[in-house]
Amino acid sequence: MSVAQLVKSFTLWEFLKAHALTLKYFFKPKATINYPFEKNPLSPRFRGEHALRRYPNGEERCIACKLCEAVCPAQAITIEAEPRNDGSRRTTRYDIDMTKCIFCGFCQEACPVDAIVEGPNLEYSTETREELLYDKAKLLANGDKWERALAANLEADAPYR
Amino acid sequence: MPKLKVDGVEIEVPNGATVLQACELAGKEIPRFCYHERLSIAGNCRMCLVEVKPGPPKPQASCALPAADNQEIRTDSEMVKKAREGVMEFLLINHPLDCPICDQGGECDLQDQSVAYGRGGSRYHENKRAVTDKNMGPLIKTQMTRCIHCTRCVRFSEEVAGVDEIGALYRGESMQITTYLEHAAKHELSANVIDLCPVGALTSRPYAFEARPWELKKTLGIDVSDATGANIRIDARGREVMRVLPRINDDVNEEWLSDKGRYQVDGLTKRRLDRPYLRRDGKLQPASWNEAFAAIASLNPGNSIAAIAGDMVDCETMFAAKQLLGALGSTQLEGRQTGMDYATDSLAAVNFNSTFNGIETADAILIVGSMVRWEAPLVHVRIRKAVKRGAKVFLIGPEWETTCGGEFLGNDRALLGNLPGHVSDAFANAKRPAVILGGAGLGSGGLDAALAFAGSLNLVRDLEDGTKWNGFNVLHMAASRMGGLMLGFAQKGGIADLVAAKPKVVLSLGADEVDYAKFAGSMIVYIGHHGDKGAHAADVILPGAAYTEKAGTYVNTEGRVQFADKAVFAPGDAREDWTILRALADAFGVSVGFDSFDDLRTAMISAVPALGIEGLADYGSVLPSGGGSASGAIAYPIQDFYMTNPIARASAVMQRCSAELLHGEDLAEAAE
Repeated sequence: MSVAQLVKSFTLWEFLKAHALTLKYFFKPKATINYPFEKNPLSPRFRGEHALRRYPNGEERCIACKLCEAVCPAQAITIEAEPRNDGSRRTTRYDIDMTKCIFCGFCQEACPVDAIVEGPNLEYSTETREELLYDKAKLLANGDKWERALAANLEADAPYR
Repeated sequence: MPKLKVDGVEIEVPNGATVLQACELAGKEIPRFCYHERLSIAGNCRMCLVEVKPGPPKPQASCALPAADNQEIRTDSEMVKKAREGVMEFLLINHPLDCPICDQGGECDLQDQSVAYGRGGSRYHENKRAVTDKNMGPLIKTQMTRCIHCTRCVRFSEEVAGVDEIGALYRGESMQITTYLEHAAKHELSANVIDLCPVGALTSRPYAFEARPWELKKTLGIDVSDATGANIRIDARGREVMRVLPRINDDVNEEWLSDKGRYQVDGLTKRRLDRPYLRRDGKLQPASWNEAFAAIASLNPGNSIAAIAGDMVDCETMFAAKQLLGALGSTQLEGRQTGMDYATDSLAAVNFNSTFNGIETADAILIVGSMVRWEAPLVHVRIRKAVKRGAKVFLIGPEWETTCGGEFLGNDRALLGNLPGHVSDAFANAKRPAVILGGAGLGSGGLDAALAFAGSLNLVRDLEDGTKWNGFNVLHMAASRMGGLMLGFAQKGGIADLVAAKPKVVLSLGADEVDYAKFAGSMIVYIGHHGDKGAHAADVILPGAAYTEKAGTYVNTEGRVQFADKAVFAPGDAREDWTILRALADAFGVSVGFDSFDDLRTAMISAVPALGIEGLADYGSVLPSGGGSASGAIAYPIQDFYMTNPIARASAVMQRCSAELLHGEDLAEAAE
């Protein structure tokens, strides 16, 4: 044992060093937040709950091209389509099984009209499993509810696409 | 046999081959839009450009350039790549970028080839051309802005279908494909232009926006809407058949399919029998399987049981019924529902002996009592090909529009023994004479008279080139007919024999054209899939499977044995037909000797070995001598091309076709 080590152990040097670290963090700002009254900032690319968007005139964007259904690795999306009365191509059924979804974001990447998006919402826990089987009405309602945030996120991310 | 080099590899190609075909033979893929193997060469899309030496120092359209000795062809040079990119860029100038809403998406030649051969970006910033959509009837949906002017549809209508329905107006960029005066395309093969269209300009209207090609499960099947036995691919999603497309089989349907075979499938989901029914107090009421079987077995028919096969049943079902009746001691089997009683001792006498390929080479054809265009549109295509090669066509029967010329001799069966002089001369001079006897020509002694005619003209002969020629043809209308005859579903006196035997139980295997009033004293057990005429007359209904819902063997009118696979499950409580007959055997307490489909097929093949071998069955070439004379006017049995079977009658698409195209009701939506 060298002299330096001998001095260190007799002065409890390591003990004091550890306490100094503790004291340092004691005076630093806290890392934890008081959720749900406080929330962390989210990236515009955050992939949360899905929504189907509309055009500003109220027309739904989705044109039933089924690319999201094809690309979905979890096969969570089910689409059925037929010509609407005015002859345009629209879905009659657009279901997302949120219990299957793995939030990879491929659906919004595949969408040619920015209809299906994953929005900033992450607080949609439910009491029953069935409530997580989203249908078209629920997804469109999500879109209407979150449209301002969704549009802002898309705009913020646009330069990098 | 020119010898030439493709990308440095020397190959020999057949005489008359084009450079494009030579490249294909050398294993090189040449992109193309307008070129199609079965249509004439147009050379207007310019996508197939290759570099050819010797020749001008520019790329040349390979589809229209004959292959010649000592050519050096490059398909991989920088010039070719640049030329293809240029052509693709020009094609895409006016093609809208609407793939996401286009039904062709996923199976589009333009999509595939622009990925493979395009330059990946556009430099075009001017306005695109827009074209108004045209009305082409209830089957073809148009989106003419997408058209790239390959003119495949125009050439198909003129060359294969033989009707000038579709044509091009204006020139250059303003060119538009249209049906003249916005008439609907009325030909029985009109929907084939949808398959031919390399882009999404012509798409299927009943299938519009329904599904994407990658979602569909593809099953190989056989069409039962007529006796041609066209090879089809059944595309199903989940439990529903979404569409039917033709498969390529050069011996049968080439690559075409009649509109009925293609579009009757929406009838498979409508008016279906999906649970057993039992007639109680004069009304058909839902029942359980056990109740239905008990009701039949309680009658204890013994050998007083008969079976009538419908027009669309497979051989396995007919054989299972035959085994059941055999175990009960009955041989009362019949398939000719309308009461025909022609002799079936020799199957060669009731077969399309020339084969479809062979009839193309005939040089004189006499059609007796057959409206071929409606009874077998795909055979009509072959006859048209024969006419193009120089064949003379004569017809006996009421006049109809043939699209291939032909002389109507009159409407009397007696003409068969008493042909006008110029017709006899034409047949005497013909090397490959042929007679086609249709459904209306068979009855009233027509078959015997035609056989006598065949004998007198020596229709079965050895040709100069050493091959055999058999020009005697019977054109049936029911997909089950030849199979039924091979299995012995024929009585000497036709269905009248069954009526005379007064059976206690009549098993109806999807037979909807029978006059059940004659079986008033019998219990009619209907094993079928649609609530059509047969089901209305039935006392017990046992729900069976339609042709897409069971594997089966079918024999077409030329005696070609073909196998079909099961695409989807039958709806509700319905079962595959053979399982119903097997369960019925248990109810009767008899043994039929099979417990599985494989057992059944094995038993059937050991009884009739020809049914186990895919391809033409051999009925021999010896025709009975026939004799006697036929008389009486001919009336065609088909009144409505789109309504000939229970599936088609239940189909909304077929009903609309019938109303709009045949009965002229103007339900047509204006072109969108």
